[in-house]
Amino acid sequence: MTKLNARIPEGPLAEKWTNYKAGQKLVNPANKRKLDIIVVGTGLAGASAAASLGELGFNVKAFCYQDSPRRAHSIAAQGGINAAKNYPNDGDSVHRLFYDTIKGGDYRSREANVYRLAEVSGSIIDQCVAQGVPFAREYGGLLDNRSFGGAQVSRTFYARGQTGQQLLLGAYSAMMRQVNTGMVKLYPRTEMLDIVIVDGKARGIITRNLATGKIERHFGHAVVIATGGYGRAFFLSTNAMGSNGSASWQVYKKGAFFANPSFVQIHPTCIPVHGDYQSKLTLMSESLRNDGRIWVPKKKEDVEALRSGRIKPKDIAEDDRDYYLERRYPAFGNLVPRDVASRAAKERCDEGFGVGSGLAVYLDFAESIERLGKHVIEERYGNLFQMYEKIVDDNPYETPMMIYPAIHYCMGGTWVDYELMTTIPGLFSIGECNFSDHGANRLGASALMQGLADGYFILPYTIQNYLAAEILTPRMPTSLPEFVETEDRIRERLNRLMQIKGSQSVDQIHRKFGLLLWELVGMARNRKGLEKAIREFASLREEFWREARITGGLDEMNPELEEASRVADFIETGELMARDALQREESCGGHFREEYQTPEGEANRNDEKFMFVGAWEYTGTGQEPVLHKETLNYESIKVQTRNYKI
Amino acid sequence: MDFTLKIWRQENATAKGRFETYPVSGISADCSFLEMLDILNQRLINKFEKPVCFDHDCREGICGACSLYINGRPHGPDSAVTACQLHMRKFKDGDTITVEPWRAKPFPVIKDLVVDRSAFDKIIAAGGYISVNTGGVPDANTIPVRRADAEIAMDAAACIGCGACVAACKNASAMLFVAAKVSQFSMLPQGRPEAKERVLKMVAKMDELGFGNCTNTGACEAECPKQISISHIARLNREYLSAKIL
Repeated sequence: MTKLNARIPEGPLAEKWTNYKAGQKLVNPANKRKLDIIVVGTGLAGASAAASLGELGFNVKAFCYQDSPRRAHSIAAQGGINAAKNYPNDGDSVHRLFYDTIKGGDYRSREANVYRLAEVSGSIIDQCVAQGVPFAREYGGLLDNRSFGGAQVSRTFYARGQTGQQLLLGAYSAMMRQVNTGMVKLYPRTEMLDIVIVDGKARGIITRNLATGKIERHFGHAVVIATGGYGRAFFLSTNAMGSNGSASWQVYKKGAFFANPSFVQIHPTCIPVHGDYQSKLTLMSESLRNDGRIWVPKKKEDVEALRSGRIKPKDIAEDDRDYYLERRYPAFGNLVPRDVASRAAKERCDEGFGVGSGLAVYLDFAESIERLGKHVIEERYGNLFQMYEKIVDDNPYETPMMIYPAIHYCMGGTWVDYELMTTIPGLFSIGECNFSDHGANRLGASALMQGLADGYFILPYTIQNYLAAEILTPRMPTSLPEFVETEDRIRERLNRLMQIKGSQSVDQIHRKFGLLLWELVGMARNRKGLEKAIREFASLREEFWREARITGGLDEMNPELEEASRVADFIETGELMARDALQREESCGGHFREEYQTPEGEANRNDEKFMFVGAWEYTGTGQEPVLHKETLNYESIKVQTRNYKI
Repeated sequence: MDFTLKIWRQENATAKGRFETYPVSGISADCSFLEMLDILNQRLINKFEKPVCFDHDCREGICGACSLYINGRPHGPDSAVTACQLHMRKFKDGDTITVEPWRAKPFPVIKDLVVDRSAFDKIIAAGGYISVNTGGVPDANTIPVRRADAEIAMDAAACIGCGACVAACKNASAMLFVAAKVSQFSMLPQGRPEAKERVLKMVAKMDELGFGNCTNTGACEAECPKQISISHIARLNREYLSAKIL
């Protein structure tokens, strides 16, 4: 049985990364030229890694399913990026960012990785500014900050409501500069279908060209996956339509452990579901909670009157409004972490106080508009308000927004050690794709930070420690039997998909599965539901392989085939999510087990039994996977119950 | 709501394309344009017919994948949105809606409504960046930027690279796209050291790839889903001229 070794460097927490860098092996410039690195995914993590590795002199091949790397879904991140710069002089420090992240993650993330993340956070801002990212500025010309959930300092840098876009374009431009020098070769509209392992090491990938259907083999001395999360398993989520968890699922099936799959983030402020034809949910940035107040009516009769349209939200007197986050969590108010805010919204709606369809709460800007003026709100959130108005056909400057929680981000992912290497030697996993930094709940504005930290400042170091031993490995021909066999299996799978010719479209099956996943492995989970989920998903898997209908052919652009392959993986991932949620008999972060809550309805964590990372090892489809536990040791902080009340 | 859709179908890059007519009925006014196409595609799949291919991804107006020419306008009749944020309430019940791909020589059709926009990536690769390597950069606050300048840079940087400007332009010019990038960097002190090289290389690449010239019609600005102003083209011209002359 493989043993987990996180390979955390010795020494005091604050010195681990420095010590690591001082002692790690490097690859000299002449040898870098002889080494090829495959990077799959061109979001913040992938693009920044490809750019940085190319600059160092490695030969990089970058793959993305989109028509251009600039469209990776990091582009949709709105609110901002955290960094411990302490520019506002409000008491921030590396230690405080580290502490907030560990606490926000409900003490389920790895201390050494999180500390390193906080440590490099400041360099990310420097890098992005040097690249020309147009961050918001004060009148004096210096950078502006705003607050985000789970923190009592302002450490979030932002570019209007389009921070992800601007950071991604920065990383994309840096990568395109390397494309121009020839150090990075770009493969857009190309999807990884499997990883190739030669003598126990990751040595390449098999891809499908999505424009032509052509299957291709690619060699690399190392493979990096930066393919994001599996949130679209739920069908409705804030992820892009093409976002998928297939790369991390394929490598799981080849021996890379999958950690904490049940840790999925449900974002509190999304535009509510409005119809059964709906294809996705749209996020409204967490930054809105800086100036918006969340409430529902106190009286059921007001709820009724609102739903029937007899009164408008502004007709409800101040005393008859329940600002439930401010009521329950006075210290953090509307800026509690996402998991807490989401559950509180669900609690109110379950009690019958939801507005709109019943599954919505108000996010109200009336007070801020009165205090600051409409122009200030417009300056801060103009594009978000415009987006809301276009979708909902209602003016949020005049009527409060209606919001409800939705699936947004995956804290779980491929298990990696301190070097971001998976349990397959030579296979690295970065960004949302890995599990390492956010524990059971991610704080707002920390995804961008982690993606860029991994890609710019961590992987380019740690990958060299691995590659230093590979300088004598010549480039391998892709005619090796390992490549041929992997390709054959992929072709067999694709042919099998095309031959099903069943009675249901892939979309239909995905919707059905997504609803079940949301109901049984969503915001609140319990033993009975999870056991049911495992059974149901197994039969849904069989139903998929019996009933899916895929039109078109193999050797052409065929979005139905792409989607089918992804959905097949999602259903299997769902089964693992349910297993993980079932074994974790506690509530922590985004994982809420109804059996484990305090009398006030807060999450009841069990540190004695569950202070570990649950890393799953694949044993075969339909077989029970093996759970490995990485015990979490907190040396530098005192583990406490999360309290956002006082 | 009921509609008659006339959609461009084309098997592949070399095949001859044609319009096909599809009636769709029972569409909610709150449905987005792409969700309406999803519904059509589900109905086609039910009949074992090939669904209509179109580029789309984020469905919240930021990735820039949408590239639909709807009733003769890039992204359709609503202003300041991409096709994924266009809702059926903007049409009248019973309308006939024509859907075509972007029409421009540098954007060849791949299939149905999907075009190849890699020419845009080539323009960026030619010089759409500030040449700094990872690490070794100064502290962010050692580079103050006038707030008004940062705002103009951000206005330009909002470009999503969808190509609506090219599709709208009778000359298939990419001037607004190139101007947005040149303008962003020209407004920032970080971008000044290589401003000349940047503008010359990007414009040369744009010409080489077969994009047309700008004749100041302003269609690009009118159709840009991010409302990027043609004043950035004026700035591009100024940058280009001074790079050529000085």
